[in-house]
Amino acid sequence: MNTTTKGVVRGITANLLEIRPSGPVRQNEICYVSSDGASLMGEVIKIIGETAYVQIFDTTRGLSEGAEVTFTGERIEVTLGPGMLGKRYDGLQNDLEKFEGVFLQRGQQSAPLDDDSKWGFRPLAKAGDAVRAGDWLGELSENGLPHRVMVPFRWEGSFTVRDIVPEGTYGIHDTIARLEDEQGVVREVTMVQKWPAKQTLTVYREKHRPHKLMETGVRIFDTMYPMLEGGTGFIPGPFGCGKTVMQQALAKQADADVVIVAACGERANEVVEIFTEFPELKDSRTGRPLIDRTIIIANTSSMPVAAREASVYTAMSLAEFYRNMGLRVLLLADSTSRWAQALREMANRLEDLPGPDAFPMDLSATIAQFYSRAGTVTLHNGQQGAVTFIGTVSPAGGNFKEPVTESTRKAARCFYALNQRRADSKRYPAVDPLESYSKYLDYPEFAESLAQSVGSDWITNAKTLQNLLIRGKEAADQINILGDDGVSLENHIDFWRSELIDFVLLQQDAFDEIDQLAPLERQRRMSRLVLEICQMPIPFENYTEVRPYFSKVINTLRQMNYSRWESDEFNNYHQELSRILAEKATEMAV
Amino acid sequence: MEINPFAKRYHHLRDITRATCTLDAPGAHNEELAIVGGRLAQVVRVKGQSVTLQIFSGTEGLSNDAEVLFLGRYPDMPIGDQLLGRFLNAYAEPLDGLPPVEGQRISLGGPSANPVRRAQPFEPILTGLPGIDLNNTLVGGQKIPFFADPDQPYNEVMATVALRARADKIILGGMGLSYDDYLYYRDTFRQAGVLDRIVAFVNTTQDQPVERLLIPELALAAAEHFAITNNEKVLVLLTDMTLYADALSIVANRMDQIPSKDSMPGSLYSDLARIYEKSLQLPAGGGSITILAVTTLNQGDITHAIPDNTGYITEGQLFLRKDTDTGKIIIDPFRSLSRLKQLVIGKKTREDHPQIMNTAIRLYADAAEARSKKENGFDLTDYDVRAIRFARDYTEQILSIDVNLEMDAILDRLWRILAAHFTREEVSVKEQLIRKYWPD
Ligand SMILES: Nc1ncnc2c1ncn2[C@@H]1O[C@H](COP(=O)(O)OP(=O)(O)OP(=O)(O)O)[C@@H](O)[C@H]1O
Ligand SMILES: [Mg+2]
Repeated sequence: MNTTTKGVVRGITANLLEIRPSGPVRQNEICYVSSDGASLMGEVIKIIGETAYVQIFDTTRGLSEGAEVTFTGERIEVTLGPGMLGKRYDGLQNDLEKFEGVFLQRGQQSAPLDDDSKWGFRPLAKAGDAVRAGDWLGELSENGLPHRVMVPFRWEGSFTVRDIVPEGTYGIHDTIARLEDEQGVVREVTMVQKWPAKQTLTVYREKHRPHKLMETGVRIFDTMYPMLEGGTGFIPGPFGCGKTVMQQALAKQADADVVIVAACGERANEVVEIFTEFPELKDSRTGRPLIDRTIIIANTSSMPVAAREASVYTAMSLAEFYRNMGLRVLLLADSTSRWAQALREMANRLEDLPGPDAFPMDLSATIAQFYSRAGTVTLHNGQQGAVTFIGTVSPAGGNFKEPVTESTRKAARCFYALNQRRADSKRYPAVDPLESYSKYLDYPEFAESLAQSVGSDWITNAKTLQNLLIRGKEAADQINILGDDGVSLENHIDFWRSELIDFVLLQQDAFDEIDQLAPLERQRRMSRLVLEICQMPIPFENYTEVRPYFSKVINTLRQMNYSRWESDEFNNYHQELSRILAEKATEMAV
Repeated sequence: MEINPFAKRYHHLRDITRATCTLDAPGAHNEELAIVGGRLAQVVRVKGQSVTLQIFSGTEGLSNDAEVLFLGRYPDMPIGDQLLGRFLNAYAEPLDGLPPVEGQRISLGGPSANPVRRAQPFEPILTGLPGIDLNNTLVGGQKIPFFADPDQPYNEVMATVALRARADKIILGGMGLSYDDYLYYRDTFRQAGVLDRIVAFVNTTQDQPVERLLIPELALAAAEHFAITNNEKVLVLLTDMTLYADALSIVANRMDQIPSKDSMPGSLYSDLARIYEKSLQLPAGGGSITILAVTTLNQGDITHAIPDNTGYITEGQLFLRKDTDTGKIIIDPFRSLSRLKQLVIGKKTREDHPQIMNTAIRLYADAAEARSKKENGFDLTDYDVRAIRFARDYTEQILSIDVNLEMDAILDRLWRILAAHFTREEVSVKEQLIRKYWPD
């Protein structure tokens, strides 16, 4: 490792510097450039001959030719340890809370962990145990979650535990164990370790196919296009169609132990919303404030572009860290297009040969590599952990035929396409039910797991609903071409069945206190009701009767959605529904 | 402009392009200001000894032996309450015939606010326009543009909104403003008697396009002074951001950058975000900066890179459109959106607001479908006919920009229009609201 290489700035174009180093430099190595008393952090992104090209994570105003550079020998690293839950970081894991003043300052840095914090530690390993990277040495309780202190991920080979501290309270930098390697060298372990953010963490036994539903309380996910623990998905959509609202609903409601939200090049007010609301909202499963299980990486759109690129890797590394403790982590990134744009800005400055839409040629591979870091794994000790990853994509002009959407489609298993027309007519969430998919519906291991939990009809119901929606769409097309009189009565009924599914199951008001969260039991009941009505033979006399009938049915079911589960109100609407259905049935019998 | 007697001087320009010049000037600082043959310029690239300067007013007639003077400072402006009532150009010099503004100079383009120091926006800004207050409620600390074709009265609507918004200070940033529109703003503010609350930075069509790039920075630095130092509610008007983006592309093009979509620089998103993200709400007792902007469209095309990137940055957009049925200019309920509205509607406004607003737009969508049915020559059902009648009332009495109503009156009016054309089931909002507000 070299820590002595220095350098001199030779060229400046925006935040790209050309640096002449005095000794060896590594690709992706971090360096610091001194400018007016501040020390600006940068990353080597290309080395050509005598010149290292460095992107600076800050503005370069005031920098001049000849400025001094110090190379660190390290790549971008995250610091991992207890106390990250509830924190608000920037893309380089600076703790934003520790910065003073209203405005961010140049060259500012702050410690990711609270260096003098103390935790109640309980050993899990004992002297003499054979261990290797990632193995659990002990645990502590972080906001009610079991936080495992592990053998540092970067340590290669196998070790023997020489000694470990007894149960007690320790500082994060205290030595809690000493390990001896095969050569007899003794190394000390604290609660803190570092990891290069862009490197995939693989200190587990194996990765397998996801099989378990990740409950979200969002009907279009759970009932129609389920997401699994350790699964991947993405939400592309034109601006204003509901990507962020959807992700925030998932951040609030999804059944996960840890939620990491990476606000990557999006609006500051959106993270402020999380900062403001999450401490107030309760996690319905644990009863604790939501912020206790959440980490926010806020590299908003006006923050330095290069740090935006780093922010998604920072977030992923934290997610992998908690996965290795046997926890289920949900990682959300909004928006991965901004990350891709950061790559594009830098590639352009480097004058690299541009690919489609001026994005770098290797965009597809970069995206695929990132998504591949998600997954369910079995750790060396047999425990399981998962990182579920859902990103948003913001396609230029709202057109899905563009490089980021197309590359992500190849990498992610679930596709939640937001549709402008649905958003325009306020049919929220504006997920297009026909274009979207969850490939997990075809996983036999998922079907098996569902059969043991919510029932084996879950997947068949999802598929039936999809078919009814397709029939409804075809009927709507027919009606549009031939007019109301020009099509059969059956077409009208098909169309209204799909409207019923749309209004009662697909649409869900993210801002209604009750409607926003539908537990699985409630989803099952409502989708069965809807399916029953769809399968009921209702021989109308004339197409003009179809709309009033379905309007009434839809309205009553929507009132049920707005009522507290199994409250009197809810039950009354249910009875009213039965009355409407029965009335129609007798009317027909007469 | 004050010039340091020790400032470095050079007399040999190696290259001159339409917007830049390059010379050997060791030790120049990135983004430092310079004077090239009497024109203001800024360092945009350093390569060894060689330095490229962007000349704001262009290089026409510039000689390659022009004197170059490095100023050792960065774009800045005089700041303070003495700005009030003033109309200034892109260099913060008087346009109004008054003496130059004195005061402590602060640098422009400062860093953005730490997200954890912001507060969540909470205060509705009511404008009297139901198309805004009902469907797209504005909130202090928000950033939102008007999307409009060049022939629409966006400057008039924006001036109306600004005057009704009850802001402590209004800062106008005019970019490529026609001289007539500049006078329009000046006279409107004067007639409303608010000149003592206004600061204007104006670059008109007569000025150099590249100079426009300085306007938002001036306007926002002034806004930060009033909002952060004086804890006031500041409204910033930026018109026309499309012309600002055009100036960005001119510079990028002359610097040989690879253009991305619609010949715009690849950094357009970040460049625009840096401006719009200056909007903010400070915690209780502190001020706020709200940005209202204009982004003109080319024949309503919002997929063009400028409106598209803007839409991804701002907290919604207000889409002005002419309704062909009634001939009214309306705030289009489909394409318009205020993303911050849910922070205030039904909380700071009446409880029925959120549901009734969405329902009306959904029914308006039904009317649009019915209309296209009609255009395709099909018979309309009774429902279609009612939906179309509803849309007409809704357009004339709610969406049209010539309506001016208090919030509760808007909601009452909307219930009446809905009840006149639809049944309760068709309206399908929470029954508890129907019971309370449905007019008999
Ligand atoms: N499920 C929902 N229920 C109610 N309203 C919704 C829902 N989803 C979206 N909306 C409305 O749509 C608006 C825009 O949503 P959102 O901010 O999530 O869009 P976005 O796709 O993230 O846009 P951008 O790409 O510009 O960030 C919200 O402010 C809200 O008014
Ligand atoms: Mg968003």
